Amino acid sequence: MTELVSLFFTFLKIGAFTFGGGYAMLPMVSQEVLVHHWMEQEDIVNFIAVSEATPGPFAVNISTYVGSIVAGLPGAISATLGVVLPSFLIILIVACVFEKFKKSGFIKGMMLGLHPAVVGLIGSSVVSVGTQVLFPNGLHMDGSTWFSCFVFLLALFLSFKKKMHPVKLIILGAVFGLAFGYMGIL
Amino acid sequence: MKDKIQLCGKLFLTFLKIGAFTFGGGYAMIPMIQEEIVHKNHWIEDSDILDITAIAESTPGPIAVNSATFVGNKIAGFWGSLVATLGVVLPSFLIIYCISFILQQFESVTAIRYAFVGVRASVLALIVKACYSMYMQCEKNCFAYVLICVSFVSVAVFSCNVLYVVLFDAIVGIAYEIVGGKQHD
Repeated sequence: MTELVSLFFTFLKIGAFTFGGGYAMLPMVSQEVLVHHWMEQEDIVNFIAVSEATPGPFAVNISTYVGSIVAGLPGAISATLGVVLPSFLIILIVACVFEKFKKSGFIKGMMLGLHPAVVGLIGSSVVSVGTQVLFPNGLHMDGSTWFSCFVFLLALFLSFKKKMHPVKLIILGAVFGLAFGYMGIL
Repeated sequence: MKDKIQLCGKLFLTFLKIGAFTFGGGYAMIPMIQEEIVHKNHWIEDSDILDITAIAESTPGPIAVNSATFVGNKIAGFWGSLVATLGVVLPSFLIIYCISFILQQFESVTAIRYAFVGVRASVLALIVKACYSMYMQCEKNCFAYVLICVSFVSVAVFSCNVLYVVLFDAIVGIAYEIVGGKQHD
């Protein structure tokens, strides 16, 4: 029971204080999930791939997943309800005061602060995920580090220059992983 | 009353479809909403889409949920927002709930473990890309650069709680707007 309450309130907090959706929610989601020991950093990164390859928003997907592995169906419902509820209530309020909301200097100022916040926060996720992905065994260069750097740079190039779709990039990573894994490099 | 129930039913099915076929979530959903809600059903105008985007990004939570609640409310009030939100969340919920049982067992399979080493490297590239897109949307001035650095360092180096960083940046932004606004007058 305490787990259900904890799931609900943790994801309520995430739903209420993450702006920008998608990857902008990652820093807070991973911090909370790690603090509660619900998932390991590596599993979170794996789950991002699963979330890209399945429909729906990342935040909803990961809350359902965490809820389910921690406390089954009731857990999945508590966590998902928690992450959705703040959006739902806030939008209902905003819809009533829409014209005022659009012109509000308060909201404008808030966004002036939150746009840079999101950039800095995702930047911190790049560092934490990057360390985990590229240097899982500390700062020495073994086969898996060379391999990860290679796939990362290739995916970066294909994403920025060729505008390749995220799901294709994930499939590409999987194919390379299988090939190099069975060649004994990983 | 009967019309309203019918409308809500249709709204639910439409958002169920949107929720089931938008991969990656977020902004990927906006063109789908445009197609289904504006062009097919004529429930709202094209110009409303801009409002939806603006609202969804300046309120907390997932973009998909924000947009669904807003559109549902616009079309059929409270019940509209409820069925639209339920519709958009349900496919994700069911799919992830079902795969949550197999996902953990997957990890012990050697082939999957190998594949995920490569997949994680791709995901890192996607996060870098997301960071870059957010940077492109951000204002380019001294104030923004300072806040980017402060937010980055406080979490990456000092492991500060993300919630406090968000609150801090929001308050600084509001203060900046109030002071800056007065200077313009």
